[in-house]
Amino acid sequence: MTWSVTARGAHQPDNTAFTQQRLPAWQPLLSASIALPLFFCAGLAFIGLGLGLYYTSNGIKELEYDYTGNSGTSNCSVSCQCAWYFSLPELFQGPVFLYYELSNFYQNYRRYVVSRDDAQLSGLQSALRQPINECAPYQYSAGGLPIAPCGAIANSLFNDSFSLWHQRSAGGPYVEVPLDRTGIAWWSDYHVKFRNPPLVNGSLALAFQGTAPPPNWPRPVYELSSDPNNTGFINQDFVVWMRTAALPTFRKLYARIRQGNYTAGLPRGAYRVNITYNYPVTAFGGHKRIIFSSISWMGGKNPFLGIAYLVVGSLCILTGFVMLVVYIRYQDQNDDDDDEE
Amino acid sequence: NLLFPLSLGQCAGEEKRVGTRTVFVGNHPVSETEAYPAQRFCDNRIVSSKYTLWNFLPKNLFEQFRRIANFYFLIIFLVQVTVDTPTSPVTSGLPLFFVITVTAIKQGYEDWLRHRADNEVNKSTVYIIENAKRVRKESEKIKVGDVVEVQADETFPCDLILLSSGTSDGTCYVTTASLDGESNCKTHYAVHDTIALCTAESIDTLRATIECEQPQPDLYKFVGRINIYSNSLEAVARSLGPENLLLKGATLKNTKKIYGVAVYTGMETKMALNYQGKSQKRSAVEKSINAFLIVYLFILLTKAAVCTTLKYVWQSNPYNDEPWYNQKTQKERETLKVLKMFTDFLSFMVLFNFIIPVSMYVTVEMQKFLGSFFISWDKDFYDEEINEGALVNTSDLNEELGQVDYVFTDKTGTLTENSMEFIECSIDGCKYNGVTEEVDGLSQTDGPLTHFDKDREELFLRALCLCHTVEMKTNDTVDGATESAEFTYVSSSPDEIALVKGAKKFGFTFLGTRNGHMRVENQRKEIEEYELLHTLHFDSVRRRMSVIVKTQIGEIYLFCKGADSAVFPRVPVDEIEPTKRHVEHSAMDGYRTLCVAFKKITPDDYEKINRQLVEVKLALQDREEKMEKVFDDIETNMNLIGATAVEDKLQDQAAETIDALHAAGLKVWVLTGDKMETAKSTCYACRLFQTGTELLELTTKSIEECERKEDRLHELLIEYRKKLLREFPKRMTRDPTSGKAWTDQEYGLIIDGSTLSLILNSSQDSSSNNYKSIFLQICMKCTAVLCCRMAPLQKAQIVRMVKNLKGSPITLSIGDGANDVSMILESHVGIGIKGKEGRQAARNSDYSVPKFKHLKKLLLAHGHLYYVRIAHLVQYFFYKNLCFILPQFLYQFFCGFSQQPLYDAAYLTMYNICFTSLPILAYSLLEQHINIDTLTSEPRLYMNISGNAMLQLGPFLYWTFLAAFEGTVFFFGTYFLFQTSSLEDNGKVYGNWTFGTIVFTVLVFTVTLKLALDTRFWTWINHFVIWGSLAFYVFFSFFWGGIIWPFLKQQRMYFVFAQMLSSVSTWLAIVFLIFISLFPEILLIVLKNVRRRSARVRTKFIL
Repeated sequence: MTWSVTARGAHQPDNTAFTQQRLPAWQPLLSASIALPLFFCAGLAFIGLGLGLYYTSNGIKELEYDYTGNSGTSNCSVSCQCAWYFSLPELFQGPVFLYYELSNFYQNYRRYVVSRDDAQLSGLQSALRQPINECAPYQYSAGGLPIAPCGAIANSLFNDSFSLWHQRSAGGPYVEVPLDRTGIAWWSDYHVKFRNPPLVNGSLALAFQGTAPPPNWPRPVYELSSDPNNTGFINQDFVVWMRTAALPTFRKLYARIRQGNYTAGLPRGAYRVNITYNYPVTAFGGHKRIIFSSISWMGGKNPFLGIAYLVVGSLCILTGFVMLVVYIRYQDQNDDDDDEE
Repeated sequence: NLLFPLSLGQCAGEEKRVGTRTVFVGNHPVSETEAYPAQRFCDNRIVSSKYTLWNFLPKNLFEQFRRIANFYFLIIFLVQVTVDTPTSPVTSGLPLFFVITVTAIKQGYEDWLRHRADNEVNKSTVYIIENAKRVRKESEKIKVGDVVEVQADETFPCDLILLSSGTSDGTCYVTTASLDGESNCKTHYAVHDTIALCTAESIDTLRATIECEQPQPDLYKFVGRINIYSNSLEAVARSLGPENLLLKGATLKNTKKIYGVAVYTGMETKMALNYQGKSQKRSAVEKSINAFLIVYLFILLTKAAVCTTLKYVWQSNPYNDEPWYNQKTQKERETLKVLKMFTDFLSFMVLFNFIIPVSMYVTVEMQKFLGSFFISWDKDFYDEEINEGALVNTSDLNEELGQVDYVFTDKTGTLTENSMEFIECSIDGCKYNGVTEEVDGLSQTDGPLTHFDKDREELFLRALCLCHTVEMKTNDTVDGATESAEFTYVSSSPDEIALVKGAKKFGFTFLGTRNGHMRVENQRKEIEEYELLHTLHFDSVRRRMSVIVKTQIGEIYLFCKGADSAVFPRVPVDEIEPTKRHVEHSAMDGYRTLCVAFKKITPDDYEKINRQLVEVKLALQDREEKMEKVFDDIETNMNLIGATAVEDKLQDQAAETIDALHAAGLKVWVLTGDKMETAKSTCYACRLFQTGTELLELTTKSIEECERKEDRLHELLIEYRKKLLREFPKRMTRDPTSGKAWTDQEYGLIIDGSTLSLILNSSQDSSSNNYKSIFLQICMKCTAVLCCRMAPLQKAQIVRMVKNLKGSPITLSIGDGANDVSMILESHVGIGIKGKEGRQAARNSDYSVPKFKHLKKLLLAHGHLYYVRIAHLVQYFFYKNLCFILPQFLYQFFCGFSQQPLYDAAYLTMYNICFTSLPILAYSLLEQHINIDTLTSEPRLYMNISGNAMLQLGPFLYWTFLAAFEGTVFFFGTYFLFQTSSLEDNGKVYGNWTFGTIVFTVLVFTVTLKLALDTRFWTWINHFVIWGSLAFYVFFSFFWGGIIWPFLKQQRMYFVFAQMLSSVSTWLAIVFLIFISLFPEILLIVLKNVRRRSARVRTKFIL
C-alpha cells in the first residue's frame, strides 16, 4: 500500500524552529547584577533632570491678579472699566506672555464640547447655512437665521479685553505697551482648521450675509477685528477660545509682549492694566484672573515635573540600596549554604 | 460535532413509538392477502449543514447573540444608538461587527463545506434494482426497501441488509475506517436463503419482508428478522444481526459486488445518528474568565452608579446644572428627571463599557485555535510506526492540560504495547515454556513431567486453534495486523492472534475457514477439518468465548476460553488446583492469562442447544439477555485443559512517564479490565507501585474470607482509614505547604470491580453513603490506585466520583480502546491513544497521541505553557482595560460628570483592536517562561500552576490593583502636568484632547512595556509585534491628526498629537509616567529573580 504510506507521510510534522517552538529567542533575566546599576543610573539621571526642571521652573516668574470682583477687594465689581496697578522692582525677564484664567468654567462639559461645527468653521458654505444639530440651542437664531459661528463654545467667547500701560518714571505718563494679539493660536488651527468662507465681492461681511451672530455677541463675527487676517473665524482670540480646555480651571493665552522696547521683558517700573469688564463669571461661582508669565523651554511655571523627577530619582537610588542589602544578604546565605556543604 | 435535532424528529417522529419497522424487499408486496400498514420513512438525504442560503443570516445571528458576551455588547451598542451617549456607536459597533462578521464568515464557510460534502454524498450515483434492471440513481433517491447494488471499494449509501454477494458463501468484507477508525476487514454474511440471488434478475424475484428495530445509534447492535416468501405462502424466518448489516459510511472491500436492501436511510442511518455532538467541555480557565467578568461587570455598574449619583448631587447647584454659557435645549429641559437619570446611567455604562473587552473573546478564541497547532506540529509526538503525530480534536481545553490533578489510565494498550506474545502454557497442571522452537518441543518443560499425556496436549492445541474468531487474510488484503509469508491472521483481539500463533509454534497451524469448516494442520502435517457449528462470542460480562465444532468423525465439542474467574467456576473443582497455581504465577509475572476448557456434547444435547441458540438468535426482543442466559447454560460442566500466558510488553518509557507524573504531583490511577495479579505486576513494572509502597487491598479475595461481605468490607475500610489518618496528620504538620507524598511512606490501593460496586451500590441503608465517603478518603490519601476488573461504565463511574470530590479536581483519562471511551468522555480532558484496538478512543477524545509516553510532554510542557499563556492573557486583558477606563472614570470628576470621553473615538475603538492586541496574542502563543526542556525534565514545576494558581483571587487582585495604580498615575500625572499656563516654549495652550492623548500615549506605552517586561522569551515575532505596535500607534496618531477627515463631524484630533510632541515637558512627563507606572513591576521582577536565583542555588546544594 504505497499510496497510503506517502499520503500519511504528510502527517509528519514539519521540523522547523517555529513549529517545534524552538525559535531562537532572547531570554532576558533582570538579575540583580543588571538591575542594580540600572537603578542607580536611572536614579542619578532622574535626579539630574529633576534638578534642572526644578530650577528652570523656579526661574519662571508669574504675576497674577484676580479681578473677578469680590466685594471690597477690587474696583472691578461695578464699572465696566477697571484697572490693576502693579509695579516691578526689577526687569520681568521676557518673553512675557499674558494669560487670562477662568475657574469653575466647564469648557470640558460634554454638551459644551460638542456644541460646535467644525465644518462651518472651516469655511464650508453649506455648513454656514445649515449648522449641525449639536449646536442647538445655538443653532438658529430667534429669527430663524443660522448662527455663525454656531454652538455654545462660540457663543460664550471670552470678551474681556486688556491693555497694559507702563509708567517709565514715577509721576510720568503711562505709555501703552504693545500687546501682540497674533501668534497665540496653534499654527494648524489658524492656518488649516479655521477658515473664513470665501469672500463675496471681496467682502467678508457679504459672505456672512444671511447668518446671525451668536446671541451673546454684540457684533458679528466679521467685525471681531479690523485686521482682515485676524477677523471672522480666523480671529485668534476666537480660535484660542474654541480649543476647549481640559480642566474646569484653565488659562488661555491672551497676548505676547515682544515688541518695541519690551523684547527683553517688562522693564522695572509701575504698570497699569486697563480691563474692559464684560464677562460674567459670578453667576456660576467662577473667578477671573490675569497672569503675566515668562516661559522657558519647559513652558510655564510648573514645579510638579521637577519634584516628581527628584522624588522618583531618589526612590530609585533608595531602592537600589535596599536591593543591594537584600542581595548581599542572600549572597551571604548562599555562602553559608556553601560552607554547610 | 454536528447536530441534527430537527430533521431527525420530522422523519422518525411518527414511527419512533412503534418498536419495529417492516421493510418490503424491493418494495414488492409479498402477498395480496396480508395488508401491512404502510410506513413512511425518510429519504436518503443526509443533511449535516445547519443553514440554508435563506436562513443563514437570521439563524446565525441569533445563535451568535445567544452567547452572553455578544449579547452584552449588542445591548451596549443599541444603547449607544438610541440614547444620547458620549461615544459614537461606532466605537463599540465596529468591534462587535468585526467579531460577528468574522465568526459568521467562519461558520458560513464551514457550513458551505458541509453543504458540499452533503451534496457529494447525496448526489453520488448508486445502482438500484428496479424491475430486474439496474437503474442509475442519485443516492438521495434511495427509499427504504430498495435493493441496492454496491461495487468493490464503494461506500454503502445507506444501511443495508446484505442479501447476496458475488461469492458462494455469501460473505463480503467491509472496512469501517470512516465510522470507528478500525481499518481491518470485517466479514459480513448474507442469510443462507438469499445467497444464490446474485444477478439483477434473480434478486428481483425475491419476495421478502424484513422486520427490524427502529434506528438506534449503537453501531454494533442490530436486531432483525427476514421473512422470505418462496413459492409456498409459508414464510421462512431468519434472524438478522449486526453481521448482516452493512453500515452507511463503511466501504466494501475484496468483494466484487453485493446486493443489499436498504433498511435505514438518510438521517436514520447509524452513522447519522452517531454524529450527535459530544457534550461541550468547559475548562477551568473559562470559568475563571466568567467569574472575572462578573467582578468587572460589578465594577462597571458601580462606576456608572457612582457617577450618576454624583452627577445629580453636583447638579443640584443650579449654576452647575445649566450655566449661562452652556444652556440646554428646550427638549432637554422638558425630559423627565427619572428618564434623564436613567439615560445618564446608561451613558456612563457606555462610556465605561470598554472595561469588558469584546476583543478578549476573539483573542482567547484565536489563541486557543492557533495554539493548538503546536501540539499537532510537535515532532516529539510523531510516531513512525503509525506515521502519525498528535491530533487535537478540540482546542478548548489546551490550558486544562496544565491543570490536571488526577490521571486515569487504561492498562492494556496504554501502559502496555498490546502486542501480545505467547509465552507459556499450562496443560493439565504441567507448565510448558513457549520459547521452545522445536516442533516437538513440548518435552522441554519446567513443570513436573510425571505423566506425559500427548492426547491432552493435542486437545489443548486444537482448542487454541479452534476457539477464536481469527480470520485468515492473504497478503494482498488491506490491513494485515501481523505478517507472514503467505497469509496473516486478523482479529479484533491481539490475544487471539498470539494464541493461534503460539499453537502454530507447537505444530498446530490454523489454516482458515472454508465453507464453515475450520481447517487445522496438525503436527503430523495432516489437515483436520472441523465444522463450525456455533460461535458464542466474547463479551465483557461473561469474559469468555466458546465455539462448538463437529469433528470429521462426527463428535461434537465445545471449546471455551476465558478469564480464570470466568472459567474456574464451570469446571470440576479438583481440576483447578495445579492450573490455578500456574495462572497465578504467570499473572504475577505480568502475563495475561486465559484458561481453556472443553466439553464433549452428545448429539442429543446438541439438538437441544442448537434449538435454543437458533431460537434466541431469532428473537427480536431482549435478544442480548436471552443469549446471555443460553450461553450461560451451555458453558457449564466443562473440563479444564489448561491455561495460557501471553505477555503484553510495557510501552516505551511508560515507567519514566509515570515517575514524571508522580513527581509533578499528579495522582495516577490505573483502571483496567484485566485481572488483579496481572494488573498489579504491570503496575510494579511501570513503577506505579514501588517496592516501598504499602498496598491496601479491597478485592473480592480480601473480603471473601468472611461470610458477610459487607461487614468485612466495612472493617477493612475503617482499618485502612485509621492507618492512613494516623500517618497523615503528622506529615501535614511537618510539611503543610504540599502534599508531596513521595517523601513519606506511600500507600497504594487496589480495588476490583465487584468490590467497587459493593461500595457504590451496596444495600440501601445509610451505611452505603458512609462507605463511599470512607472509600474516597482512603483514595485521596493514596498516591496510586489500581482498579482492576472494571467494566467500561465503572471506569466512567470512578472518574465521575473523583470529579465530584471536594475542590473538584481536574481529571484526565487516557485510553486506547472502545472500553475507555466512556471514561474519556466523562473526564475533563480525554486523551485517546491511536492504538491497535481501533480508533474509537482517539475519535472520542479531546486529544490523541500515539503513545502513552507522550503524555509527559503533553502535560508537563504543553499543558503548563498553555495554562500560563492563557492565564496571563486573561489577566492582562482585564488589566489593560481597567488601566484604560480608570482615567476616563476619574476625568468625570473634572468635567462635571458629563460623560465627556477622555480619549478620542478613534483611540477608544482602536485601543483593543490594533494598539494592544497583537503583542498579547504573540505572547500567548510563543511565551515560554521556562524552557520546554526544563519543563519536561523537572516535573515538579508543574505543581507551581496546579489548582488554577494564576487565576486565583490573589493574582487577580494584584493585577487589578496594579491597573488601578497605573490608571491613577496616568490621570493625575497628566492632571498635575496641566497645572501650568503652558507646556510649550511658545506659550500656547493645550486643550482637553491633548490631555487625553497624553494619558492615552502613556497608557499604550505602559501596557505594552508591561507585557514586554513579562515576556521571558523574545523571538523575532515578539520583537516585531511589540515594537511594531508602538510604532504603529505613533504612526497612526500622526496620520489621524494629520488630515482633515471629510467624514468626521469634528476635527478634534487635528494636529493634536504632533503639537503634543513639540513640547519638551510632555516628553519628559510621558517618560516619567511610564517609568513610575512600571516601577513596582520592575522592582517585583528583580526581587523575584534575586530570590529565585538564591533558591536555585540552595536547591542545587540540597539535591
